[in-house]
Amino acid sequence: MENVEMIDIKIEGKIYSVPKNLTVLEAARLCGYNIPTLCYWNHGKNSLASCRVCLVEIATARGGRLFASCVYPVADCPADKGFEIKISSPMAVKARRASVELLLSNHSKDCQTCVKNGHCELLHVASVTGARDNVFEGERTATTYDECAPGIIRDTSKCILCGRCIERCKEAQGIGILGFEKRGFNTIVGPAQNASFAKVPCLQCGQCINVCPTGALAEHREIDLVDKAMAEGKYVVVQTAPAVRAAIAEEFGHKIGEQNGTGRMVAALHRLGFYRVYDTNFGADLTIMEEATELLHRIKGEGVLPQITSCSPGWINYMEFFYSDLIPNVSTCKSPHEMEGAIIKSYMAKAHGLKPEDIFVVSIMPCTAKKYEADRKQNAAVNGLPDVDAVLTTRELAVMIKRAGILWDALPEEEFDQDLLGQYTGAGAIFGVTGGVMEAALRTAYHALTGEEYGPIEFHEVRGLEAVKEASFNIAGKEIKVAVTSGMKNAKALLDDIRAGKSEYAFIEIMCCPGGCINGGGQPFVKPSIQTNEDPDILDTYRQKRAKVLYDIDKGLPVRQSHNNPDIIKLYKDFLGEPCSELAEELLHTTYVKDRPCYIKDED
Amino acid sequence: MEKIISTSCLDKNIGECTESLKAKLEGKDGKRAVVVCGGTGCIANNSMDIEEELRKEIAAHGLQDRVSINHVGCFGFCSQGPFVKIFPEDTLYRAVKVSDVKAIVEKDLMGGEICENLLYVDPTTKEKVQRQDDINFYKKQIRIALHGCSLINPDLLEEALGYDGFKGLKRALTTMTPQEVIDEVLASGIRGRGGGGFPTGRKWRFAANIKADQKYVVCNGDEGDPGAFMDRSILEGNPFEVIEGMMIAGYAFGASEGYFYVRAEYPIAVARLQRAIEDMEKVGLLGDNILGTDFSFRAHIRLGAGAFVCGEETALLNSIEGKRGMPRPRPPFPAIKGLWGKPTCVNNVETLAQIPFILREGAAKFASIGTEGSKGTKVFALGGKVNNVGLVEVPMGTTLRELIYDIGGGIPGGKKFKAIQTGGPSGGCLTEKDLDTPIDYDTLVARGSMMGSGGAIVMDEDNCAVDVAHFYMSFICDESCGKCSPCRIGTKRLYEMLTDVTQGKGTEKTLDDMKELATVIKQGSLCALGQTAANPILSTMNNFPEEYRAHVVDKKCPAHVCKKLMAYIIDPVKCVGCTLCARNCPVSCIKPTDIPAKPMIPGKPMPGKFAHAIDQSKCIKCGSCLSGCRFGAIEKK
Repeated sequence: MENVEMIDIKIEGKIYSVPKNLTVLEAARLCGYNIPTLCYWNHGKNSLASCRVCLVEIATARGGRLFASCVYPVADCPADKGFEIKISSPMAVKARRASVELLLSNHSKDCQTCVKNGHCELLHVASVTGARDNVFEGERTATTYDECAPGIIRDTSKCILCGRCIERCKEAQGIGILGFEKRGFNTIVGPAQNASFAKVPCLQCGQCINVCPTGALAEHREIDLVDKAMAEGKYVVVQTAPAVRAAIAEEFGHKIGEQNGTGRMVAALHRLGFYRVYDTNFGADLTIMEEATELLHRIKGEGVLPQITSCSPGWINYMEFFYSDLIPNVSTCKSPHEMEGAIIKSYMAKAHGLKPEDIFVVSIMPCTAKKYEADRKQNAAVNGLPDVDAVLTTRELAVMIKRAGILWDALPEEEFDQDLLGQYTGAGAIFGVTGGVMEAALRTAYHALTGEEYGPIEFHEVRGLEAVKEASFNIAGKEIKVAVTSGMKNAKALLDDIRAGKSEYAFIEIMCCPGGCINGGGQPFVKPSIQTNEDPDILDTYRQKRAKVLYDIDKGLPVRQSHNNPDIIKLYKDFLGEPCSELAEELLHTTYVKDRPCYIKDED
Repeated sequence: MEKIISTSCLDKNIGECTESLKAKLEGKDGKRAVVVCGGTGCIANNSMDIEEELRKEIAAHGLQDRVSINHVGCFGFCSQGPFVKIFPEDTLYRAVKVSDVKAIVEKDLMGGEICENLLYVDPTTKEKVQRQDDINFYKKQIRIALHGCSLINPDLLEEALGYDGFKGLKRALTTMTPQEVIDEVLASGIRGRGGGGFPTGRKWRFAANIKADQKYVVCNGDEGDPGAFMDRSILEGNPFEVIEGMMIAGYAFGASEGYFYVRAEYPIAVARLQRAIEDMEKVGLLGDNILGTDFSFRAHIRLGAGAFVCGEETALLNSIEGKRGMPRPRPPFPAIKGLWGKPTCVNNVETLAQIPFILREGAAKFASIGTEGSKGTKVFALGGKVNNVGLVEVPMGTTLRELIYDIGGGIPGGKKFKAIQTGGPSGGCLTEKDLDTPIDYDTLVARGSMMGSGGAIVMDEDNCAVDVAHFYMSFICDESCGKCSPCRIGTKRLYEMLTDVTQGKGTEKTLDDMKELATVIKQGSLCALGQTAANPILSTMNNFPEEYRAHVVDKKCPAHVCKKLMAYIIDPVKCVGCTLCARNCPVSCIKPTDIPAKPMIPGKPMPGKFAHAIDQSKCIKCGSCLSGCRFGAIEKK
């Protein structure tokens, strides 16, 4: 807080000195008051002041009026001008309660079966404001229930029109798929013309789900598919993405970043009856082998530069919708879990003597866009079977663990199954954070170009949460300029440069969600109002905290470069030949669609 | 017209135009001048066809050189339109039809004889009135905002220049500093005419004190109150005056760009405004270095799509920016951070229309009109149960009695005055006890209503207070932007409760709940529209508590308006058994009883005729039986 001007404010008769740039809501938190809110987000910059749940009385000698504390600047109510903030005045308490009661009166109250059961901020504010039951009963706004899209479900009967999702979509992806429509009591939030998510160029990134205070936005759950496969006696193989372990413990009451959940997660998956439990990190290492090789080919003049990563399905959706002229720049590599799925159904199937048809691959991902990626017909390498059969989010995995009665904290730490695809490296682990794919690729590219390992191992230039990170490396006399970005709003400038022929980079890493997969749309919710054990600034720090878990895993692993993964070496030796071989191309590479239509067409 | 690039140029033009307008109106140019009302209301009643027909007739009679024809802005007395006025005699013809044109041309213009049948007839004295100023409706009016309306052709810059146009701007630009202009406006005491009544000078001073590379003046022409049409009429009648006011504002606080935000439902106002802007650009009255000074100004028009909420200034700014029209939280106020984040003053059409007067005639003259706290004049759209429906501009401090009875000509049919709703849906109603209250911003608020933009709807004894509140609530529900929960859901719930009351399903608890919810909406909503959304209910509940109680306790609507709480009853003693009502009834629920009908001729019974009765279970309360009965046998109960 240094260098910030301070101001004296008066709350409930006491004077506090607080930074002048805060809103009343934030300042009150510093002073020991937690004012309930629903629409507050991003330090009030994105708050619409629409929910009216954070109303406080701001009184002067002339009397008091109610204001939304989430947007009211403390600079406008200094104590020395006679302003006093009253949080518990009868007028404020009554108004906050009434705002919640009104919201509840137009809200579908199937709380027991709601996907946000346990994570609902509306229930929370109902509890803390003392909302009474059924005081304002009446007609409900007509409901739209949209489950046509592969990743996201929208149920307007639960929407409280806080507008967080609208702001999130604009701010993270810069596309503004969501907006308000109709007016008055009929107002709803949705894609333009109340279209389905499946009929608009939505990235399915799920950022909107993460900020939704209620169950109005949720992921398409696929647990039933897994249950069915198990019941049918299929060989159900599960793989888990790197970012999942950084956050899964949060679902069981642990503070964000507190616990590396790898061992317990594996133990839980073993107890859930999966045939094999593998790590998508192996797939990540494989991706690096292929992608670094592809990059070297391009640098040698075979193909265009810059090469752009292809691990993030949200980014691929964005590219196909808006920048499909850049398809030649995008790496043809499948994303790690798709590669791993293809290897499971080919290499592992052969080694285990199984028919690929009898294998069911489940990916546990921090991502909702992966649900669509798994459905793509381009990702069906073995006998036309999908490389991955079901994608579960981190949150869905937690549901599976909980319903099996498994006590997380009682679990031992276990290892991933160590046959064929068991080994993984630190390079794979950091795939889950922005800059991680770049760093992993650089470790391997350095080796490929110089024949030696990069001494310090870590490339800190590409770490961190800045919008765009740039770095230039001199490797074996070659100047390689790279850039890393996440969030499509940030990526747009880089893409426009490529389109205009002005890009100077050789390699660009793009992840769809701001901060990378650790902040994916399938990750546990970060809701400070409910998670009272979290630090007050958690919304600003959770991404760093989760990222640190992955960087710590990387640091603690004996092997930290993908090309040194013994199982990868064996895979190439025994099965694939060499990176980008004909078989590798067939199994591990994909194609993209120019000017792709949305998920379903009008006539569907 | 040649370019007006300097003060001397402007003076020359003003001189010439004033001369020629004067000559035209006084007949010194050797011509008769005919003007036809070109306001929206009269145009809807074919006034443009009348103008066309006049031209044809005049051409047919070869009078082109002896008669000039123009359309002008609204005359205000809309219930009597369309108007045709003839100078220099100053004869006003009312309710003119296309078929009357021949007579006007042949009898008046050629024969010099007045068409008596087209003159206004005073309803009390039954005398015919020839001159506009002698009609009671106009007697107490002072036209400042409506300056030049119904006199000048709004399509002609020359006529505006000939009728005081741009004198105020000239004084401001060439003899005053911006600070002096703000001081003058402050001294005039003018307050915002759009509703809130915030002192205009103070608003400008806020914006003047902010340093910014760009500032904006925005003219709020998104007139959304039901029944209000003053802004439309001003823009239609004298758009130049409003542009001039906007330019003076721009000069005062340093804005070089102005936006007119006008509803798309006002196509005539928009077209005239557009033309005025273009004509002013052509002669250099808009653009760079106006009148040779350092002041540059450009004006643009943006159309509103008819959302009531866009009259709220921050929602209006969002709409201009191309966003959904939803209010922004304040602070920051637009004067600090407005259009595209730049300091912006949003002023109502009527406010800007009065600014030229203040600069031209001086603040003292403006301040000499009105009351202590409210200076100048206010335009009201007088409507409802009043004889003279129309637009009136009266000094602040005029009493309701003067407005309703002297200007408005009283209540039709000799009915009893019940209330007047001022301030539109956000306002409230005033009753008989307030009739002698001088109208100004503060007295109206003190009595539980507000000035608003100037809608004034008169109600008589046949209006039900609950039904009136119900109407306004339905309007507010429809027009809520949907952003904040108290307004979006709260007004809906209030509407539902009110519906219960009108249907006899309410209880005394409903009334308590309504009051409580209304208070919450008032205190907790985001914008002024939400904060005032419950006013119609609170105001009628305060003024007519017994009427509300009758609805919930006795389950009766005393004014017999709420259909579920009233019945049409045939008095068997008065019914002559003519069967007309039974034949008119659309649901065939009127049947004869076995009570012999009342004889048409006393003492002569009519065998076979029976008194009728209404089957209340089938009656749809359409009232066709009552309106048809010639024997006064049916009443509402």
